Amino acid sequence: MTISRNARFLLATLLGIGLAFIYIPLTVVVINSFNSSRTFSWPPTELTTKWWGMALDNTGVRDALKWSIIAGLSATFIALLLGTALAFAVSRYDFFGKDVISLLVVLPISLPGVVTGIALNNAFTKQLGMSTGLLTVVIGHATFCIVVVYNNAVARLRRMGTSLQEASMDLGANGITTFRLITLPNMASALFAGGLLAFGLSFDEIVVTTFTAGPGIQTLPIWIYNNLFRPNQTPIVNVVAATLVFISIVPIYLSQKLSTDSSSGGRF
Amino acid sequence: MQNISNTMHKNPKLRLAALLTAPILWLVVAYLGALATLLVTAFFTIDSFTGNVLQIFNLGNFQDMLTDVAYKNVVLRTLGIAISVTIICTILAIPMAFYMAKIAKPRSRKILVALILTPLWASYLVKIYAWRTMLEPGNGVLEWLLGPIGFKSPGFGGPAIVIGLSYLWLPYMILPIYAGLERLPNNLLDASGDLGAHNWHTFRRVVLPLIFPSLVAGSMFTFSLSLGDYITATIIGGKLQMLGNVVYQNFSINLPFAATIATIPVTIMAIYLWMVRRTGALANL
Repeated sequence: MTISRNARFLLATLLGIGLAFIYIPLTVVVINSFNSSRTFSWPPTELTTKWWGMALDNTGVRDALKWSIIAGLSATFIALLLGTALAFAVSRYDFFGKDVISLLVVLPISLPGVVTGIALNNAFTKQLGMSTGLLTVVIGHATFCIVVVYNNAVARLRRMGTSLQEASMDLGANGITTFRLITLPNMASALFAGGLLAFGLSFDEIVVTTFTAGPGIQTLPIWIYNNLFRPNQTPIVNVVAATLVFISIVPIYLSQKLSTDSSSGGRF
Repeated sequence: MQNISNTMHKNPKLRLAALLTAPILWLVVAYLGALATLLVTAFFTIDSFTGNVLQIFNLGNFQDMLTDVAYKNVVLRTLGIAISVTIICTILAIPMAFYMAKIAKPRSRKILVALILTPLWASYLVKIYAWRTMLEPGNGVLEWLLGPIGFKSPGFGGPAIVIGLSYLWLPYMILPIYAGLERLPNNLLDASGDLGAHNWHTFRRVVLPLIFPSLVAGSMFTFSLSLGDYITATIIGGKLQMLGNVVYQNFSINLPFAATIATIPVTIMAIYLWMVRRTGALANL
């Protein structure tokens, strides 16, 4: 292609600046978790791993992690069921109002979290007389997780077509057997990707959680937020923050592995 | 089991009903129901003595909102922040996405995409917390890094919010543009060059019009996510308030008024989505 050497150099420099913009703050977070100073001081005069040990023993952090995982798994489970069912309905049937479904599922993540949050809080506590807790958190999270499962499932169903299912039925399998042996295995990687995204969304969510959790439950983001401005907690917050930076590599690794599997499956 | 399977197989309407009931109950009855209830609350008022919501229909909240200059300023400020964030993300994202899609070798392209995707999975709070340490006036990392060339931290306030939100949503802008550029055939660029257009000319007259739907798709994230944010403003915004902060503060003391303010970002988003639909950007998400 006819892109001059100067233009290439300029673009490479801009890409480098962009990547530095993205990664310098994350690096600072990681370095800060080893900063021996109790309060914020930069650059660190001495490095230590003692905060990591303290964070591991911190019951507040461990409880928060536990609640985050429970809420995330429950919301992901519900989102997988509802999102997949909706995807099947939209891609295999015709019905009144089908066109608005894609807008309906995307609404919970495109409207501001604070709006969804107060709407759900108002409905739960004022209209239905429920008390906020794990159940309300899971309902709130599942609502905005449906869209990622739905999008992945719809894309896969469109690509799959119906011929495999028809062949299975022609060979005498009933609907349930066909679903179990043909449809589900073919959708597995798409559902895994959707579920991973859903869990990621739930694990990181703070605004809707603020309005649906109540005092009894602290998820990890809520714990960080509550301790962000407490000076004596700074070292522990730094460690939790650094851990979350490291953990972000896991889903990327998993999805890269997944996509290489499927592309090599196509090649051979 | 066999019986259920047979009945289901013979009756497509029954299958459809089985598939649709739960998701529609959830999204329409629970979610839209909650939103509608909130909207109705915007027309109620509170008992100034007990603080309880009084279900008397009136437009007082909307009158208060439209006449008080303070709210107008918050709306304009929030819009200004959301637009600035979108512009900054676009300017940063285009050259990055262009290098990734058109110049990088396939191998390094894959690594670059992973490098852009990874921070999306790092926690929202961690990223804003990181900017607190970056921008800390006096001993922040940015002043330590760029102090020698005369850089002074803007401190916590409007500029900090714009930087923080641009940082958060930049990958959401890079990825659609990258996807758009990847679909753009290279021979179009060659043809433009052969006909005598220079790099900049080709970019402005050929590339930019063709990736416009991708830009709009990215802006849906940068704009809408900035519009409703209040956490970033709380952490690095100093005393500055955005629309989300006003909603949050009114939530516990005057729910009807919080609901009234909440209609502003929802209306802006509805108008934006309606405008965007015509560019075909929704298919690019």
